[in-house]
Amino acid sequence: MKGFILSFRSEFYKSRKTLGFWASVILPLLIGVLLFAGFYTKSEKLLSLPPMMLWLQFAGAILAVMGSLILPIYIIFIAYSVNSIEHRADTWKTLFNLPIPRWSVYAAKFFYAVFLVFICLALFVLFTIGFGNLLSIVKPELRFDNFHMEKELAQIYFKLFLSSLGILSIQFLLSLFWADFLKPMGIGFICTIAGVVAATKGWEYSYLFPYAHPMAAISSMLKNNHGDPSNPLQIDVFTKDVFVSMAVALVVFIAGYFIVQRKSVK
Amino acid sequence: MVIKTEGLSFTFGKQQVVKSLALQVPEGSIYGFLGPNGAGKTTTIKLLLNLLKPDAGNIHIFEQDIKTNRINILSQIGSLIEQPALYQHLTGKENLLNRALLLQVPAKRVEDMLDLVQLTNAANKKAGQYSLGMKQRLGIALALLADPKLLILDEPTNGLDPNGIIEIRELLKKLVAQHGKTVFISSHLLGEIERMATHVGIINNGAMLFQGSIADLQAISKPLVRVESENTVDAANLLRRNHFNVTDVTDEHLLVPYISKQQMGEINALLNQNGQTVYSISKQQKDLEKLFLDITQRA
Repeated sequence: MKGFILSFRSEFYKSRKTLGFWASVILPLLIGVLLFAGFYTKSEKLLSLPPMMLWLQFAGAILAVMGSLILPIYIIFIAYSVNSIEHRADTWKTLFNLPIPRWSVYAAKFFYAVFLVFICLALFVLFTIGFGNLLSIVKPELRFDNFHMEKELAQIYFKLFLSSLGILSIQFLLSLFWADFLKPMGIGFICTIAGVVAATKGWEYSYLFPYAHPMAAISSMLKNNHGDPSNPLQIDVFTKDVFVSMAVALVVFIAGYFIVQRKSVK
Repeated sequence: MVIKTEGLSFTFGKQQVVKSLALQVPEGSIYGFLGPNGAGKTTTIKLLLNLLKPDAGNIHIFEQDIKTNRINILSQIGSLIEQPALYQHLTGKENLLNRALLLQVPAKRVEDMLDLVQLTNAANKKAGQYSLGMKQRLGIALALLADPKLLILDEPTNGLDPNGIIEIRELLKKLVAQHGKTVFISSHLLGEIERMATHVGIINNGAMLFQGSIADLQAISKPLVRVESENTVDAANLLRRNHFNVTDVTDEHLLVPYISKQQMGEINALLNQNGQTVYSISKQQKDLEKLFLDITQRA
């Protein structure tokens, strides 16, 4: 466990000055700022909307592209960046001759990538709520302050986080093996497109395909509560696609460990 | 023995790179691991560090089996394999601090190491901007960081200027003499190893050709006197008539086994007194190729 913590801290130390790390902060911030600017300049068109619809429009603008585009591409990038640090510096050999168990080194790297995805999605929640409330201050005529969906947003993004673990584990392993960006990127991109097509066309087995999970997470998030008007926004976090995603992550993570254990460092 | 291997073998694809190697590295030695490029030196080092898994054979380091005591053994080894592995986007100091974090070494030690390899002034420069020599020195600092009992260095003087090479040599000698370390150092330059090693192993095509103390090696690798003269054939005949053992004659030079400085003076005087114009006379080390030839012919 000590080896894991040391390795995890080292991952942070190494990456804290790289784009891989800062992308997790800049991406949600940038999208939040753009959205804020959009709503600010087009506020007169939104005046008529009730507060709940306003929030749904605001949060939905991000979520609409999150599942199909932002999240899968971001994951491909993160999985690549935590591994490319070692590929570029030729440091796998020094990592694996540290007096630290190999599994600690491997697991710390994997969980650091998971951690970055978590941070990024948590910031999306934070910035969505933050910029929404900021809008209600600078444009009081937009009634953002009359409705609250913090809990629902947190649930949606947590669901997205869980649904991203499957892809992350696969991309992580691909990037661990291939030093160049094109192979994991190319495979990830094609699979993402296939996943989006599968999820949007409603293919009945799309829930089994990890690259369809973020998309599926969005489309399966609303609980069917038989039109209960008192609470229309009930989020269903643990749908079957989420369970598949977590199972895939677990299996690939463990398989990856055995592959790393046997892998020779050339 | 600090390092002891038996029947160590390794195959890359179909090519056997290491053939039944039996290394014996005594404690407190500077063991020069000598061989031409592609002889299997780096592969052997990677086997010692458990980065590669041997096809056959055993590795014992500090009298412990690497298979069962990997962590314990690695905690006492500092290593530098091929070109130093540095995070280019971090400064020299940050590279050391990162490793200090992983090895749980106090940060104070980082300053000491920077000082030792004379990188204090460049400590806050990105490692990517370092010259090859500076990178190599930082690599050595990284290897020494945890104050290991055994240092395994793969061609550590690659890319260093003559001053740098001397500094590293003196540093390694000091570490062994004053701090009781053991150094395992690979090189393809016989001259470099002869200047510091106490023990030598010579490997070619993955097989050990020679292993023993430096004195044993010197018994094989006798230096030669190289004479350039106006007419090398006449000069060689003259020397032979005077009981000098001439081993090689070409149009440019002739070679006589070196015995002493006096002997060189005698050769020079003899040739001059007999009207042979001597252009140059010098002591010459056998190169690795000739040495291999000698060793293999003996065996």
